[in-house]
Amino acid sequence: MNFLDVHKKQLEAATKKRMDLNLQTPVDIPEGVFVQCSNCQAALYEKVLKKNQHVCPVCQNHFRIDAKTRLEYTVDEGSFEAMFQNILSTNPLHMPGYEEKLIQAQKTTQINEAFVCGKASIVGYPCAIGILDSHFMMGSMGSVVGEKVTRLIEFATKENMPLIIFSASGGARMQEGILSLMQMAKTSAALKRHDDMGGLFISVMTHPTTGGVAASFASLGDYHIAEMSSLIGFAGPRVIKQTIREELPEGFQTAEFQQQSGQVDIVLHRQDIRKTLFQLLKFHQKVLYDSL
Amino acid sequence: MTAYDQLKIARHPKRLTSRNVIKQLFPDFLELHGDRQFKDDLSIIGGIASFKGHTVTIIAQEKGINTEDKIKHNFGMPHPEGYRKALRLMKQAEKFRRPIITFIDTPGAYPGVGAEARGQAQAIANNLKEMMGLKTPIIVVVLSEGGSGGALAIGVGDVVLMFEHAIYSVLSPEGFASILYKDASRAPEAAELMKITAKDLKALHIIDEIVKEGPGLHENQEIGLTQLSQQLEKQLEVLTKKPAKRLLMSRYEKFRNMGTVLERTSHESTN
Repeated sequence: MNFLDVHKKQLEAATKKRMDLNLQTPVDIPEGVFVQCSNCQAALYEKVLKKNQHVCPVCQNHFRIDAKTRLEYTVDEGSFEAMFQNILSTNPLHMPGYEEKLIQAQKTTQINEAFVCGKASIVGYPCAIGILDSHFMMGSMGSVVGEKVTRLIEFATKENMPLIIFSASGGARMQEGILSLMQMAKTSAALKRHDDMGGLFISVMTHPTTGGVAASFASLGDYHIAEMSSLIGFAGPRVIKQTIREELPEGFQTAEFQQQSGQVDIVLHRQDIRKTLFQLLKFHQKVLYDSL
Repeated sequence: MTAYDQLKIARHPKRLTSRNVIKQLFPDFLELHGDRQFKDDLSIIGGIASFKGHTVTIIAQEKGINTEDKIKHNFGMPHPEGYRKALRLMKQAEKFRRPIITFIDTPGAYPGVGAEARGQAQAIANNLKEMMGLKTPIIVVVLSEGGSGGALAIGVGDVVLMFEHAIYSVLSPEGFASILYKDASRAPEAAELMKITAKDLKALHIIDEIVKEGPGLHENQEIGLTQLSQQLEKQLEVLTKKPAKRLLMSRYEKFRNMGTVLERTSHESTN
C-alpha cells in the first residue's frame, strides 16, 4: 500500500464517520474557497459565509451582496417573479463611454440594470419587491432605475400589495445628467399616490444608501429599516469633510447614527431582516373594523 | 456661447439674487420666518405678496450679495429646516388657495454634520412627495443656478420657467468632472456634455419656457424682469382656472414622463 492509498483509506473512514454522526448534512470537504473578511481579516470558508448570509461570523461585518443573493435571503424560495426586465438604458445625453460602461456592468453582474424587481412572497405573504444592486454602476439611479421603481410602485398601488424596496446606491447616475435628477421627483410622485391610496411601503436601507436615492423614495417609507453598519446619508462623507474642513465624528452616517438621529425605525442584523419583514406584513393584514 | 460661458454668467457676482427680484416684482412682499421646529434658515426666504390681482406665496433660495450677507444666507445652501420652512409655507398656501411661485438659486443642499443629523435626505424627499400633492398652482422659476436635489426640493411644479442664462444640473460641472474624470479642472468640458443650459433643458422637456434676459441679468435687469413678469401673469391666468384635480393629474404626468428608456417587446427580452 503506497502513501496515496493509505491517505485515501483514511479519508474515506473519516468521511464515513462524519456521515454517521450527521446523516442529514454530510459535510463535504471544502473546495478550498476562502474569503477574507475585509474588516477583521479572518479567513472564512465561502460555504460557512453563505450559511451566515454573508456576514462574518467573527466580527459581524456585513459583506456586500448582489440582488440575486439578497432575494435568496429574503423571499420564499421559488416565489420571485421578475417584472419590467425589458426596460433598458439608452445614452440620451450621448455621454462618451456610457454604453461601454453599461455593457461592462451587464457582463460582470449578469443583470441588465441596477434595479431588479417583481413580485414574491415572504413566509406566504405576497409583496412587490425591488432590490438595488450596488455592483451595477454603484446602484446609481438613471432613467431606467427611476422608471422601474416607479412601475413597481404603481403596480403595488394598483394591486393593493405591500411594497418593499432594498436600497443600495451612490445616488443619481451622472451619465444621464438632469434626467437622473428628475427620477427623484418621479419616484416620489408615485409614492405619494401609493400613500394616498393607503398602500404600505417598507424601505430597507442597505450599504450604501446616499444621494438622490436617499433623498427620494428610500426616505419615504412607512417604515425605515436599516441594515447594521450601512452608510446612510445625503451627502457623501468625503464631500462633507471637504466642506466643513473637520474630522467627522466617529460612526457618522451609519445606520446606528441614523437611528439615533431619528431617521430610521429599526436597525437590523441581516439575518433578522426576513423575520422582521414577515412580522410587519403580518401586522398589516387587512382587518375590517366596524367603526372605521 | 458655450455651456461654460453660460455657467459663468449664471454665477456672475453682479447677477441679481432672489431678494432683488422679489423687491422689484412684488413690492408688498411680507416675509415669514421659521420652520416651527428648529430654526429660521435664511438660505430660503418665504412670504406672501400680491401680484397682478392674485395673492401668491413666494419661496426663494437666496445666495446673498456681499460676504457678510452670503454668510447670513449660507451661500444659498439650505439645511433641512430650510426645506421644512418652505413646505410649511407651501401648505399654508394650499390651505388658503394661494398659487405658489418658487425661485431656484442654489449650488446644492448644504453638506454638513448638522444637516445630516437633522435629516437632509428626508427633508428633500418629503418636499418632492408633498409638492406633488399640493392642491394649488405651483410655478417654478430657475433664476440662476439649479444645483442637484437641493434645487429640485423646491422645484416640483406645474410650470417650470428658466432664465436664459441660468443653469440646472444633477451636480456642478466641477463635481461632475472630479467624479468622472478625477479632475475638477475639466469642468468646461463637463458643462458641455451635461446639458445644463435653458435651451438644452427645454429640448429635453425638463423646463417649459425660457425667460429671455437680453444681455444678461448681470448687465440689464429690466429686460429679464419684464419678461418674467409677463410670463408669470400669463401662467397664473391659465393655472388658476384649472380645477385642482386636473392640475394634480397633469403635474403627475409631467414628471412621470421624464427620463429616456428603451422598452423592448417581451419576445425580444433577455435574461
